[in-house]
Amino acid sequence: MTAAFLVASAFLASGVEFVEALTIVLASGITRGWRSSLAGLAAATVALAAIVAALGPALTLVPIDVLRLVVGGLLLAFGLQWLRKAILRASGYKALHDEDAIFARETADARGAAHEERAGLDWYGFTLSFKGVLLEGLEVAFIVLTFGSTQGSIGLAALGAGIALVLVAVVGVLVRAPLARVPENTMKFAVGVMLTTFGTFWATEGAGAHWPGDDAALPVVLAFVVALSFAAVAMLRRQRPAYA
Amino acid sequence: MRRLGAFGRFWWSFVVGDDWRAAAGVVLAIGSTAALVAGGLDAWWLMPVSVAGILTLSLRRELR
Repeated sequence: MTAAFLVASAFLASGVEFVEALTIVLASGITRGWRSSLAGLAAATVALAAIVAALGPALTLVPIDVLRLVVGGLLLAFGLQWLRKAILRASGYKALHDEDAIFARETADARGAAHEERAGLDWYGFTLSFKGVLLEGLEVAFIVLTFGSTQGSIGLAALGAGIALVLVAVVGVLVRAPLARVPENTMKFAVGVMLTTFGTFWATEGAGAHWPGDDAALPVVLAFVVALSFAAVAMLRRQRPAYA
Repeated sequence: MRRLGAFGRFWWSFVVGDDWRAAAGVVLAIGSTAALVAGGLDAWWLMPVSVAGILTLSLRRELR
C-alpha cells in the first residue's frame, strides 16, 4: 500500500512539473530554434543528475528519525502551499493553471527578446529552456529524494518520476504542443493532498509520536486531508458570491 | 554574495512560499508534538489538528 502510494505520489508530482517544463521547452524551441532549446534541456538534465547523485547517497546516511522530522516539516510547509493554492483554484478564487495561456505568454516574450549568440547557441533560447527545466526539475528531485529516502526507497520514487518523464516526453514529441488537456489542476490538488499527508505522517513520527496502527494510519491521514480539503472548497464556494 | 542571497531566496520561496506564518505554524506544531512526547504524552493527534488550523488560517489570510 505504502509502496503504491509512494510511486503514485512521485508520478503525479513529477508529471505536473514535467508538463510545465515541456511548455517552456516548446516555447523556446518553436520561437528561438530547437538546437538552443534542446541544449538548455540537456544542460539542465545533467545539472539535475549531478544534484541527485550528490544528495541521494548523502541522505541515506542521516538517521531515519531525524530525516523524517526534517523531511516531514519541509513537505508539510511545501505541501500546505500547494494545497492552499489548489483549494483557491477549485473554489474559484484563483485562476486555473492554463498551459495554453502560459505557452502564449512565453512565446510572445521569446519572440520579442534580442538575439545574442554565445557558444554557437541562441542565448535567450538556451537560458529559457535551461532555467525552466532546472527549476521544475528541482521540485521533482526534491520530491523524489525526500519521499524516497524517508520511505527507504529512492528507487521506487524515481520509478514514479521516470514513468511520468517518459509519458510526458513521448506525448510532447507526438503532439508538439502544450499538454493543455492534462487535468493539471486536478493533479496539483492531488499532489497538494499527498505532500500534506506524507508531511503530517512523517513529521509526527519524527517528533517521536507513534501513529495508532503504524503504517496503517497513512490512509486514514490521507482521508482526513482529503475531507479537510473538500470541506474547505465547499465552504469557500458557498462564500464566493459574497466576495464576487 | 549576491548569488548566495539569490540561492537563499530561491529556497525560501520554494519551501516557505508567500505565507511564512504557515511555515512557522508547522515548526510550532512539530515542536509542540516533540515537547508533549518528551513529557510522556503520545501526541500523534496534534499534527492533524494543527494542519487543519494552519490551512484554515492561511486560507483566511489569502482571502482577506
